[in-house]
Amino acid sequence: MPIVYRNKMNRIQKKLQEEGKILSIYFTAGYPALNDTVKIIENLEKCGVGMIEIGLPFSDPLADGPTIQASSTQALKNGMTSEILFDQLKAIRKTVSLPLLIMGYFNPIYQFGVEAFCKKCQEIGIDGLIIPDLPVDVYLDTYQSIFHKYGLINIFLITPQTSEERIRFIDKVSNGFIYMVSSASVTGTKEGFGATQEAYFERIHALALKNPQIVGFGISNAETFQQATKLAKGAIIGSAVIKHLTAHGIEKLDQFVQEIIG
Amino acid sequence: MEKEPITSSAHPKGRPLFKTKKGQTRSQYQADERGYYGEFGGAFIPEMLYPNTEELRQNYITIMEEPSFKKEFDQLLRDYVGRPTPLYYANRLSQKYKVKIYLKREDLCHTGAHKVNNTIGQILMAKKLGKTRIIAETGAGQHGVATATVCALMGMECVVYMGEIDIARQAPNVARMKMLGATVRPALSGSKTLKDATNEAIRDWINNPVDTHYIIGSVVGPHPYPDMVARFQSVISEEIKWQLKEKEGRENPDYVVACVGGGSNAAGAYYHFLDQPEVGIIAVEAAGKGIDTGKSAATSALGKVGIIHGSKTLLMQTTDGQITEPYSISAGLDYPGVGPMHAHLFTSGRGEFISITDDDAMTAGLMVSQLEGIIPAIESSHAFAILEYRKFKKDDIVVINLSGRGDKDLQTYINYFKL
Repeated sequence: MPIVYRNKMNRIQKKLQEEGKILSIYFTAGYPALNDTVKIIENLEKCGVGMIEIGLPFSDPLADGPTIQASSTQALKNGMTSEILFDQLKAIRKTVSLPLLIMGYFNPIYQFGVEAFCKKCQEIGIDGLIIPDLPVDVYLDTYQSIFHKYGLINIFLITPQTSEERIRFIDKVSNGFIYMVSSASVTGTKEGFGATQEAYFERIHALALKNPQIVGFGISNAETFQQATKLAKGAIIGSAVIKHLTAHGIEKLDQFVQEIIG
Repeated sequence: MEKEPITSSAHPKGRPLFKTKKGQTRSQYQADERGYYGEFGGAFIPEMLYPNTEELRQNYITIMEEPSFKKEFDQLLRDYVGRPTPLYYANRLSQKYKVKIYLKREDLCHTGAHKVNNTIGQILMAKKLGKTRIIAETGAGQHGVATATVCALMGMECVVYMGEIDIARQAPNVARMKMLGATVRPALSGSKTLKDATNEAIRDWINNPVDTHYIIGSVVGPHPYPDMVARFQSVISEEIKWQLKEKEGRENPDYVVACVGGGSNAAGAYYHFLDQPEVGIIAVEAAGKGIDTGKSAATSALGKVGIIHGSKTLLMQTTDGQITEPYSISAGLDYPGVGPMHAHLFTSGRGEFISITDDDAMTAGLMVSQLEGIIPAIESSHAFAILEYRKFKKDDIVVINLSGRGDKDLQTYINYFKL
């Protein structure tokens, strides 16, 4: 059941109920330049993406490949911190109505204070968090009530190795979408999807979960986006976005998005 | 040279065993069922690692308690590693510092350090779990060599991740790993040392979730690693107990001293004394150039509670929660965190934590070489350096865990002393 705050459905939940497939874009906040964050988000909204994951950079992003690690390292060199990110985003809801999530590792959030972090997110209008190294059991035991208090949806991951029992458990405790990691890998692999992934996509689809699934990891172009969203509700592109930003700067993001969703 | 040691906690006060829900007593200094030591430990891992760590968590104690496992483990420790390692009464060192000093000679283990106790255990574990490929991280290269060694012994594929900087400063160990048939992959990210090598190994495990076992080299990482590694290393304190009984008529020394990077030799040396309040536990960390210089690896003094490599523990970090790059002349102590067991020993006051600078460690290494004819690894030299600062009673029995030999560090010693 969706949690409803002030009689308003969370933007993520609303988006998931709309027709059509969702392209979700991940980028590292503070990259290429410290103050690019807001411009990137505004550009993405204009060119028709469905959801945005703002990456909070971390020194040791162990589920990420070299592209996102390098962008995180650069963002930290540029001076990005949680405090600065919140400051950059303070007026974001004046110009942007897309669902916004923050994706980050747990330690920076823990140091900020989980409750303080969630409170800031609510003030700004962040809709959800993805924290890859915050395990489900710790979340449920310690942090769920805080997330609920501030109207935040926490997104959990599943992988091809996740057992059906655990997938059903994660489905039960989720109230947005399930982040479906496409293959056993860190982010940024680019091999395309083969029979193994397709069988996995079909297997998950057949479970008829209550939460829609959005596929991430290994999606880099129109072809992989279509493969990933044949059965799933949407797909997330991260490393390929960072590579595009590195090569072409922030002004040409619309070209990248157009190539994917036409 | 600073003559005041930096002691981060009061003298240890032992605490009694406490009852678990099931009514059994267990040590409050060992991991509970969820891998917590007090508030530290746990398994803060991405979902991608859940099946692997869960498989291990469900099986590790059962496997370790199987008679066939125990038999093979014990036999390899005896015939291959060369255990038991001697407990040596260091006569000249004792005279110099007016206290009874015993050295636990882990430097005499095959491959030159205690690390092999754990790699033997874990490769047998990997075999039981049906794994065919082994990965490891290494700092000084000792754990990498110990892993490459057991992989050669068991005929398993071996990939060792090592920071680019460590590869440069530990060239002999890199050569040894290659000679043993392992692939050494440089970690090029971040500080290019142990923490980054660990990140790369974790990424490899994410990419290879089915056939691969990750042999973590210290009492760090997600549950069950800290507990499993501590159990494999606990043979050190098990031997100290009966050896001391033979030599001194009592099982418990007054103090056990060990250097702590991640903390595996220390965990092994303390293990059977954790619940003996009369045994003082002394942990020696690397102060590097000095605690306040920004070039240090003294986690108890500089760390705050946080999450690193899947474990909640004390770690060195910025106020924004970015993990900082530690420094020590010793590659094996150059880690920004500390195992959750040690974080708990520190905050509970059970352990006494002392930080030792590069200079003091090097001086102690030379001193032990010339007094006892033993060249210690620079890691272990940190433990000896406390003798200059920490006063003991004349009749105290102090066991120092001599975790490794200094062959790998000769170049660093030569450069430092211009020998």
